[in-house]
Amino acid sequence: MKAVAKRLLTLLLTMILVSFLTFAAFDIVSGDPAETLLGTQATPERVAALREELGLNRPFLVRYFSWLGGFFTGDLGTSYNYRQPVWGLVAPKLKVTLLMCLLCFVLVSATSIPLAIWSYRWVGGAMDWLRTGFNQLCMAVPPFFTGILVSWLFGIVLHIFTPGGFPDLHAHPWGAFKHLFFAAVCIGIPRAAMTVRMMRSTVVEEMQKAYVRTAISRGNDRSGVLRTHVLKNSLVSAITFLGQTMAEMVGGSIVVEQVFGIPGLGRFLVASISNRDYPVVQTIVVILALWVVLAGTVADVLNQIIDPRLRTGGKA
Amino acid sequence: MKQKKWNGYLRVGMVITACMLLLTLVGLFYAPYDHTAMNKAEKMLPPSSSHLFGTDNFGRDIFSRVLKGAGTTLTIALSTVVIGAVCGTAVGAVTGYFGGLVDEGLMRLNDALTAFPSILLALLIISLTGPGKYNVIAALGIVFIPSFARVTRMSFASLRDVNYITSARLMGASNARILLVHMLPNTMRVLLPAVTIGFNNAVLAEASMSFLGIGVTPPDASLGYMLSESQGMFAAAPWYAVCTGLTIVLLIFGVGLIGEGLQARNREVA
Repeated sequence: MKAVAKRLLTLLLTMILVSFLTFAAFDIVSGDPAETLLGTQATPERVAALREELGLNRPFLVRYFSWLGGFFTGDLGTSYNYRQPVWGLVAPKLKVTLLMCLLCFVLVSATSIPLAIWSYRWVGGAMDWLRTGFNQLCMAVPPFFTGILVSWLFGIVLHIFTPGGFPDLHAHPWGAFKHLFFAAVCIGIPRAAMTVRMMRSTVVEEMQKAYVRTAISRGNDRSGVLRTHVLKNSLVSAITFLGQTMAEMVGGSIVVEQVFGIPGLGRFLVASISNRDYPVVQTIVVILALWVVLAGTVADVLNQIIDPRLRTGGKA
Repeated sequence: MKQKKWNGYLRVGMVITACMLLLTLVGLFYAPYDHTAMNKAEKMLPPSSSHLFGTDNFGRDIFSRVLKGAGTTLTIALSTVVIGAVCGTAVGAVTGYFGGLVDEGLMRLNDALTAFPSILLALLIISLTGPGKYNVIAALGIVFIPSFARVTRMSFASLRDVNYITSARLMGASNARILLVHMLPNTMRVLLPAVTIGFNNAVLAEASMSFLGIGVTPPDASLGYMLSESQGMFAAAPWYAVCTGLTIVLLIFGVGLIGEGLQARNREVA
């Protein structure tokens, strides 16, 4: 329990550091938001009035803490570009991206772990060669390239979904699901290949340990030892890796949303960066970072539950 | 056991990478056509002997564009890896060798930086500095420092109390000499595979950023930028997307195989 509490404290500290860095960076660079909002034609009086209204005359730290508080109250300021509350703009897009990443995560976990176990049969030999080559090839395919091919084949030729026309999540859940599914597959292919590669080398390493030799010499068969002992011991590194995968998916989703025309966080982030809509950018960055740190924390906590040795803070 | 210098992965990877490098190098000095020259009479031509990869909607020769684009992508990826590896190894050496408070501080900062997916951090830096080739190199270079630092730190820390290092210290070797002459060559084992992975990530990151329109800006063309261009005309000129995409795939595949080979060689030694 103590280890979990310690991990959560680290999470909190990291998030405060991340949010502070983000806020400070944009505060330095973005210039005067009041002038940005009113344009170059505004009179100095109007700018001064707006600065007062937005609370820009307050000291830096006061503004930082009121912004940070906004994550709990839902008041994250106003978008420069849309003149609407940031949270109202971000929330529906967050839902779409979350759904896509979860879908991708399920796909990667469901395919890579069985594949890794299956590919364990071949160590050395021509099949091992082919398998490694194919694995490397899958890792080399950028998601936005598969995205172009997939949206052409399944969208334009087979009409399974409409590229660029993302249906409303609540009105047409099935249509939206199909759309997100293909995007998730594109993000997932290289990720799954990496997971297979990692899992397999862990299993191979684990199979050479003394306890496996003992188990086999006592008359257990290889696949039994694999299932009952080796897989459990490989679980810790698999969970850590999948936690990182969750984080990298967030990065992958930014590009793939663009390819498939999915109105998610990543696409909104890129548009907001181009429009210099800093309140929106700040918010999205902190949300994505929270996601990544959270995934890492969940993986760590799970590992501490599985492997008690990790709870004491010792090295595995 | 005698160490095998070359294995199959390494050989195949080297051949693919050497071919790609050679083509790009030649492309720097000679291309069949000017990569920006438009030709209204030859729009959207499929691949043929005069246009190896066909032409795009402006009648530009895609093969020449791919050569130029690969050059830009390679330049960015190599510069990024050099910045990341050199700075990262320096940080890793200092923190791993000396330890203590500096180590703690830098590693916490490292943790905070790795909280961002690499592409997100690069986007953030670009949103502050604006797009362009050199900004992309700087942004990605900074983004890649933490991962190199972490990999090398482990290696330096594990070497700190090894006998030959202790004896070098007793013989009066300076810290700089120990780090550079005795330790650095021994970290190559982990550094080289990390460089290949870093290179591939850099190619992907640059391509993603240019694809999103916040990477290189015209007249510079990179493979990612061309891929985003090609998506709009996929139905009319599929060869544009396919040729550009396959070039990226081959580039990453070749270097990926080298990395696989290096790791396989490490396993054989162990």
